[in-house]
Amino acid sequence: MAVSTTEPAAVAAGTAAPLRAPRLKLPRSPKVLIGLGLLIAFLLLAVIGPLIAPYNPSADLAASGTPQPPSAAHWLGTTQTQQDVLSQLLAGGRSTIVVAFLAGVVATVIAVVVGVTAGYLGGLADDLLSLLANIFLVMPALLLLIVIFGFLPASSDDLLIGAIIALTGWAWGARVLRAQTLSLRNRDFVESARITGESTTRIIGWEIVPNLLPIIASSFLFTVLYGVGTYTAIAYLGLVNIDPHWSWGGMLFWAQSVNAQVNGYWWWYIPPGLAVALLGTALALLNFGIDEFINPRLRSAGLTRRRARQAGIPARFPLGVTPVVRLPAAPTARLTPGAEQVDTR
Amino acid sequence: MRMLARKLPFYALTFVIAITIDFFIPRLMPGNALDAVLAKAGSQMGSPQALHALEKLYGIDNPAGLPTQYAQFWASLLHGNLGISTSSYPTPVTSVIATALPWTVALVGAATVISFVLGTGIGILVAWRRGTWLDSLLPVTTFFQAAPYFFLAFLAIELFAVKLGWFPYGLGQNQLDYQTGLAPGHVADVLDHAALPALTIVVASAAGWMVGMRNQMLTTMDEDYVLIAQAKGLPKQKVIWYAARNAILPSVSGFSLAIGFVVSGALLTEIVFSYPGIGFVLYQAVINHDAPLMQGIFLIITVAVLAANLIADFAYLILDPRTRQEA
Repeated sequence: MAVSTTEPAAVAAGTAAPLRAPRLKLPRSPKVLIGLGLLIAFLLLAVIGPLIAPYNPSADLAASGTPQPPSAAHWLGTTQTQQDVLSQLLAGGRSTIVVAFLAGVVATVIAVVVGVTAGYLGGLADDLLSLLANIFLVMPALLLLIVIFGFLPASSDDLLIGAIIALTGWAWGARVLRAQTLSLRNRDFVESARITGESTTRIIGWEIVPNLLPIIASSFLFTVLYGVGTYTAIAYLGLVNIDPHWSWGGMLFWAQSVNAQVNGYWWWYIPPGLAVALLGTALALLNFGIDEFINPRLRSAGLTRRRARQAGIPARFPLGVTPVVRLPAAPTARLTPGAEQVDTR
Repeated sequence: MRMLARKLPFYALTFVIAITIDFFIPRLMPGNALDAVLAKAGSQMGSPQALHALEKLYGIDNPAGLPTQYAQFWASLLHGNLGISTSSYPTPVTSVIATALPWTVALVGAATVISFVLGTGIGILVAWRRGTWLDSLLPVTTFFQAAPYFFLAFLAIELFAVKLGWFPYGLGQNQLDYQTGLAPGHVADVLDHAALPALTIVVASAAGWMVGMRNQMLTTMDEDYVLIAQAKGLPKQKVIWYAARNAILPSVSGFSLAIGFVVSGALLTEIVFSYPGIGFVLYQAVINHDAPLMQGIFLIITVAVLAANLIADFAYLILDPRTRQEA
């Protein structure tokens, strides 16, 4: 199902040399491009955000006790204690993004090890590892994290926070990877590698895992998304260090503590909330792209009515999910520029 | 039935492991983390004896070994004893939870059903009308899905409660209204207070059901039997119905993944609305370092989520005849 070495799209596009290893080639839909653009912007923010913050995010800049709306001096206004919201937003991005990506990396490594081992080895190892994954899957993860962090002293160690979040977030990826490994295990190329006497580690590392790359990428993005959400929730509850160690969830904690939503201090809570939502959207959009790569039936971008008409597909195609099949005449005879786009995606 | 026979031991085991995790979390904390939590709890209870009992409960200065403590933990659980809440000392944890639980069950239950029906319905429509403007719903719902529940709750309060004044925010009922039970005015008041939290949960969770259903529906629509149904000239509604009822199965079996997210999100929503459910109690427990209450809530919610999963498995059994035949 995933990527075979004879990925037809790659061959049809004429860009890949025949013997080249399969690459993760995302469909160039607006969804993916927007997602990628947003994600790069956020990564940049994580790197330079704290450096370009105009004020010290923790410094009380004036004596007045009411949050001030946006002004020329403070573009996003100030908080109750006259701290600069923009500076907090810029400084808080780094921790949020670092924790989420650390959680994603650690959880994906666990998921690959557990999922591929379970799928490839089968038998008792599979039973036990699947059981473990399923148990972690049904347990309410955020609640477990709240209890764990509730007992820990408020930490400002991003690595520790990310690792703990990863412990609760690997199971979904492991389950998907296991299922896919099961279907790869008995394919001819794996079989022949086994017959030629390659070691199990080499088969897993060189034959199986490369074919799982799109699914690994998808599970990585999913876990990063999960990491953003849970870290924000945990910081929002004040369970990690939230004052010198700024994060977007921490900003929401302080906003909530003076009922910003009731008092109309929108400039205080909308920027961090929006930032989390946009970061999550970026990851989810990229994930859509990977889903469409894995399962071409899901593609819809580029299949608008206008494009379909250009490709000679009737305007109504409730069942026409794979438009290439539905071209009435031989495709080569009817290729218009629009059709080519639909064809080779 | 064989499927259930396989599932029941799994849920039993998960339950045991959840309790074991609950037991070990405070005991595996590094250094003085537990001491700090208990010191705070002791100052709330204002009774050295109670603090000593609590310390003993958590294994500090306890001559009994870990296995004995574990057995004692189980014994008190089986007696329905979850300990004493330190923040509302000396109320037992069970009665703190019992007061809050009905609010959460009603709110989260109703909101989950609404969002499942709504999300699945829209998902079917989006898949069927694929390639139309409905496709642009996807990125929009993605945004709502990615936004934290509590952020959406902030927005709902500012917009619908403060600016427009349509609904009340905060608490579960009018504090000046001492009516209880099913008096019409009281029911209307409770529903009025539940409207915004429910709206938040529905908006945030419907998107997940929608995307899942759309993807399944698209895959199902490619099956031969759907094509044949269409080719035979069956009415469109009937064709959609045939496809949808097969496409919905993974949504039901994917329930387990979703319900944990929805419940956790709903708990956070309650906090923003000061809704008198478990979520708000959890918040109180967290800010007051009320260890027994935190542990009790983790257990109760885990049991609830496991029960919801079991129900979903039953539903799957009823919906998919193949699972019955294989048994």
